Amino acid sequence: MKQFLSFVRKEFYHVFRDSKTLLMLFGIPIVLIILFGFAVTNEIKNAKIVVCDYAKDPASQEIINKLSVSETFLLDRALLSPSQVEEAFRKEDIKLAIIFPANFYKDLQHLNKAQVQIIADGSDPNAASTLTQYATSVIMEYQQKLIQNAKMPYTISPEVRMLYNPELKGTINFVPGIMALVLLLICVLMTAVSIVKEKETGTMEVLLVSPFNPFLVIISKAIPYLALSLVNLAVILLVSVTLLDMPINGSVLLLFGASTLLIICALSLGLLISNVTQSQQSAMLISVMGMMLPTMLFTGFMFPLENMPNALQVFSNIIPSKWYYIIIKSVMIKGLGFSAIWKETLILFGTTCFFLIISLTKFKIRLA
Amino acid sequence: MADVVLNNIVKTYNKGEVKAVNNVSFEVNKGELFGLIGADGAGKTSIFRILTTLLLPNSGTASVNGFDVVKDYKAIRKNVGYMPGKFSLYQDLSVEENLNFFATVFNTTVTENYDLVKNIYVQLEPFKNRRSGKLSGGMKQKLALCCALIHRPTVLFLDEPTTGVDAVSRREFWEMLKGLKQQGITILVSTPYMDEATLCERIALIQNGSIMSIDTPDEIVKQFPENLFAVRADNMSRLLNMLRSNKQIKSCFSFGDFHHITFQDDNELSQNKLIQTLQEARFKDIELKHITPTIEDCFIKLMN
Repeated sequence: MKQFLSFVRKEFYHVFRDSKTLLMLFGIPIVLIILFGFAVTNEIKNAKIVVCDYAKDPASQEIINKLSVSETFLLDRALLSPSQVEEAFRKEDIKLAIIFPANFYKDLQHLNKAQVQIIADGSDPNAASTLTQYATSVIMEYQQKLIQNAKMPYTISPEVRMLYNPELKGTINFVPGIMALVLLLICVLMTAVSIVKEKETGTMEVLLVSPFNPFLVIISKAIPYLALSLVNLAVILLVSVTLLDMPINGSVLLLFGASTLLIICALSLGLLISNVTQSQQSAMLISVMGMMLPTMLFTGFMFPLENMPNALQVFSNIIPSKWYYIIIKSVMIKGLGFSAIWKETLILFGTTCFFLIISLTKFKIRLA
Repeated sequence: MADVVLNNIVKTYNKGEVKAVNNVSFEVNKGELFGLIGADGAGKTSIFRILTTLLLPNSGTASVNGFDVVKDYKAIRKNVGYMPGKFSLYQDLSVEENLNFFATVFNTTVTENYDLVKNIYVQLEPFKNRRSGKLSGGMKQKLALCCALIHRPTVLFLDEPTTGVDAVSRREFWEMLKGLKQQGITILVSTPYMDEATLCERIALIQNGSIMSIDTPDEIVKQFPENLFAVRADNMSRLLNMLRSNKQIKSCFSFGDFHHITFQDDNELSQNKLIQTLQEARFKDIELKHITPTIEDCFIKLMN
């Protein structure tokens, strides 16, 4: 026990005496959270639009007014001809153009039918579809208002409610994803590098030729990083709640429990990497490359997993962060209890055991 | 009984392509200071790693303290002290922290075995709060020795402890080893420096993974089969070329200020004849003298 404590203390010395490690451990997560929380978001605000109003009647004016007060759009100016519209798309960063034909209101009144053209910049498909949808809904709203006055035989008016995230804020989706990414990346990197460092400097050689049990070496390496990662998690949560207005609707204990599971999983992955590499550089490279890409792609917070080819969807099941992401979203945002996430937790637990057993059996008690 | 025993140890790397240790057998007696002398790449480190249970031999058996290096590796790891060739302590930990850490790892305390490391540690004491990475080369080796000794090992393995260390520290280091020997610790030390060989009780000369000779340094010198002479003249490089092309000369090596030679016909006549030839070739300040061979002479002799 004394041996073990002494080893753990030594690990803490290593971390606190190396400013680079400290920076990596606490700097990267905060920077990532803030970066993703503020800068990287798929919400659209202040998209520049132009209108081409040939009608200039009450109906077209009212719709234009409604569009211009919305936060989504920034009405750049009104144009006269279609050729100017095309020019605006080509030369300026116009995202959307709305064209009202002449006699818009008249057609609407007499023919019960009028047309409006919406042109979007399709080079960014997601933004284009969001913007057209939003513009359409503004127009539909106006139509609803008209219908109230007239008498229509059948109407279905869908009432849409966005549960858990009524304002459709991107951070609510990103923060759990970043938490998964950061915890996985940092933990894998830290363990892999710290063990390989001992190999590289030769201290592993000295440790192996001692009565110290090699498995205790691993556990004593894991404990400090587990503790530091939990501190890290607390910092991330604090930043998310205070700066990014993230809700924590569920149990914090459950959150930490699930995170501990992911951290242990990451630690065993790091151990596995340290077994197959000889230098700190390659350990770092494998950890970052090997962890960053799959986590980004297959966690589901950047690209929806449902849209991926079947093979990739199946593959995503072995990525621990996918399950962690589901758990965290359920607990943090939906406020669900353990009964709702036991299945994902079990899968995460299974993956953790799998990696842990492999890495422990692969651990070399000799040099070669 | 011998503390360290090797029987026909073979170790190959790269699936048998590189033969690092080739059928090596020797014994180190209890309380002996035994030296493994050989150039870089001779297989010294591989032998050390096999004996400290860090590598498995391809064939052959070895034991330390009577424990088999493969089967009883745990017992060996408890009882031996090992200092690898590279400085292998925690550079970001202070001198004191390193020593305390290794003491705890070996289930002991610094105070318990302080008498053993005292003589060495007093030299480190003024720097005890300094990070070990910031110590000088000689100080690092002393600290590493302290850490390897702190659990009072029965056998001490020192892999090239004096490589890259200045001459003064090297001498001090060997003095320390003599002191440890008196405490009854068996010491197996390797070195590429031939002049250190005479400081060991017995030595094994190793080349390309094979042992060429095992004996006391005196015996090895005595076994040198011929009379060895040292020659000097004003132009040493011309002299070397000349000696090498001379049919009278059996072997010739440049050795600092002198060339060491042996004669084909080992008698006074050939000595005189050589001086005469050299004079005819207009060498000045010619000096020829009979010398006792050093370990290095023996090593070169055995190598050829």
